Amino acid sequence: MFKGDFIQNLPKIYGTYTGGFLVFIILMALAEQAGVSAKNIGVMFVAFTVLIYALIGYLSRTIQVDAYYVAGRQVPTVFNGMATAADWMSGASFVALAGGVYFGGYTYMAFLVGWTGGYVLVATLMAPYLRKFGCYTVPDFIGTRYGGNLVRACSVFVLFIASFTYVTAQINATGTIASRALGIPFEAGVWVGLISILICSMLGGMRAVTWTQVAQYIVLIIAYLIPVFWISNNVGGGIFPHLMLGDEVARLGELEQQFGLVKNSAADMKAAGVPGGLKYISGSHSGVPEGGMAVWKYLSLAICMMVGTASLPHILMRYFTTPTVRAARKSVAWSLFFIFLLYSSAPMLATLSKLALMDPNLPTGIIGKSISEVQSIEWVQRWSEVKQVFIADFNGDGILQLNEWFMRGDVVVLATPEVAGLPFVISGLVFAGGMAAAMSTADGLVLAISNALSHDIYYKIINPKAETAKRLLVARTLLVIIGAAGAYIASFRLTSILGSVAWAFDFAMSGLFFPLVLGVWWKRATREGAIAGIMAGIISGTVYLTWVFPKFSVPIWGGVNTPFLGIDHLRFGLIGAPICLVVMVVVSLMTKEPSPATQKLVDDTRIPTGKAILGKQH
Amino acid sequence: MSNKDAYWNKTKNHMIVTLVLWAFFSLVIFMFGSELNTMSFLGYPLAYYMTAQGSLLAFVIILFWTANKQEKIDEEHGFSEREDD
Repeated sequence: MFKGDFIQNLPKIYGTYTGGFLVFIILMALAEQAGVSAKNIGVMFVAFTVLIYALIGYLSRTIQVDAYYVAGRQVPTVFNGMATAADWMSGASFVALAGGVYFGGYTYMAFLVGWTGGYVLVATLMAPYLRKFGCYTVPDFIGTRYGGNLVRACSVFVLFIASFTYVTAQINATGTIASRALGIPFEAGVWVGLISILICSMLGGMRAVTWTQVAQYIVLIIAYLIPVFWISNNVGGGIFPHLMLGDEVARLGELEQQFGLVKNSAADMKAAGVPGGLKYISGSHSGVPEGGMAVWKYLSLAICMMVGTASLPHILMRYFTTPTVRAARKSVAWSLFFIFLLYSSAPMLATLSKLALMDPNLPTGIIGKSISEVQSIEWVQRWSEVKQVFIADFNGDGILQLNEWFMRGDVVVLATPEVAGLPFVISGLVFAGGMAAAMSTADGLVLAISNALSHDIYYKIINPKAETAKRLLVARTLLVIIGAAGAYIASFRLTSILGSVAWAFDFAMSGLFFPLVLGVWWKRATREGAIAGIMAGIISGTVYLTWVFPKFSVPIWGGVNTPFLGIDHLRFGLIGAPICLVVMVVVSLMTKEPSPATQKLVDDTRIPTGKAILGKQH
Repeated sequence: MSNKDAYWNKTKNHMIVTLVLWAFFSLVIFMFGSELNTMSFLGYPLAYYMTAQGSLLAFVIILFWTANKQEKIDEEHGFSEREDD
């Protein structure tokens, strides 16, 4: 099935798969009518989809090096776009993005611009050239372009820090969703998640991850869009919410005025016993905050996310799998199109969900009603039990005010279908979508790390004479070890210590962005410059992070420091990347110009035609 | 100037044009967020619309446009790949 004409049959295969999934949703809806419990429907959704991914992973097993590392470089443009979109959209963006917009409004949406705009940098500066180069991993490019094991090892080091920060959060998300959907403890959920991830990636490497990611994209986009459109119709938002929520956004502005945007003091919240991680609305939904600092905060966050996107190895490596350079360019465009479908829907979901809760004229509205009435609503009770929502009557008037309603961001995606009166089958579908999103990103990250270690460290540095079988054995062993290490850390819930996923972007941009860009665009960049730049960038960025992040700065620097120019822990790449650039340019100019052979190699990288720099099997 | 150099010059200029468009939609318009928000589009305040949907859509369009344009440059200089298989 996975040989020869498999590639030509892809539209048919995935078309059938999509049809099958829709039939499965209908069957589940019928099962719900027939009285199957909500819990069992959730279990069936997650189990069915994960089994399909595992089957695809098994069928895509391989013993070829280029199939394992770059899916044999035969992934068609549009399918690679879908796989990249799944690789990109994590469990966190699936369940938390709408919640972020819900609470943060305009200010938070800098993330939306940052996480999409970065693809323009990927397409113009990196993807086609890396594809032409013919590398297996991102450090493979840096190691060959600049020459030498040290520079290769430095780039593996940055890749490891950035991707590992990200992967524990993903395995954590997989565990959370698995535990909720299957009704098992979180720790068990993490290991169930890990096993699912490994089945999808271990036997077939990049090839298996590619074809499961396409399948996961289809599930996650269906699971995100159906509820958004359905809710919009149920609450009178119009049949096509993306174009028709103007009045709703304006109405939210009025309601914000009516209820007032009040900031709670930390002491009040502590006294009321608000559980950690729950938030309340204190900022405007569509209003732009005034002042130069607010503008800078928005722009600096967008810059970090964009530049970080263009430096994240698990995304860049997806473009190594296309058949041609031209296909790599188009594939970036398709990736962003598929990402756009979900990202442009998140603010709409946030708007609908906010309106459903805030508007007293709607039957679902709770703000402004009496607290005892709200507490008797079924979904409020259910989510209160698991400490996902909370009510604190600060002014003691027995009426729920906007600042007295607390909720975890995930609830916006997970509970809105229920709030808006959709059948439970939709909630089951949302679980399956969240699981698909978390698994696909975790797969890509674990593979990026283990491929860099097995190809760049083991094969290129430690044992260049290793045979194919041994290389793949090492690659698979490392995959299991990295996955298990991620799951082990996630199972201790240490992720709150490891911090935000935004850090992964800042780490990557501090150490990898300029070495990659200058490697193609500046022939004069030398090995010494690259080594100095990578290390200066990652070290200065990390030191700044410890200085600015209170949890680190108190033990290390003996106090809380005010961020320099508003550059807080989400934006520390703005320190690392410029230092990387300056050091790299200065050291390059001080050292001897790269050899004619290296310069020719750069020339060849810039032209789409002709042989790849690195052979098909290397 | 050799064909390769001419090709690379054109590619470089094309890259700069693309990045100018990118910077416009990702950075420049959000420098004027509060001014833009007094205008409206599809009933949404404009700055809100751009950050929620408009700029994202602009990036998608820029990417397809830039890939097509680059393919034309490849062709002009005889560097287009034979097949897309």
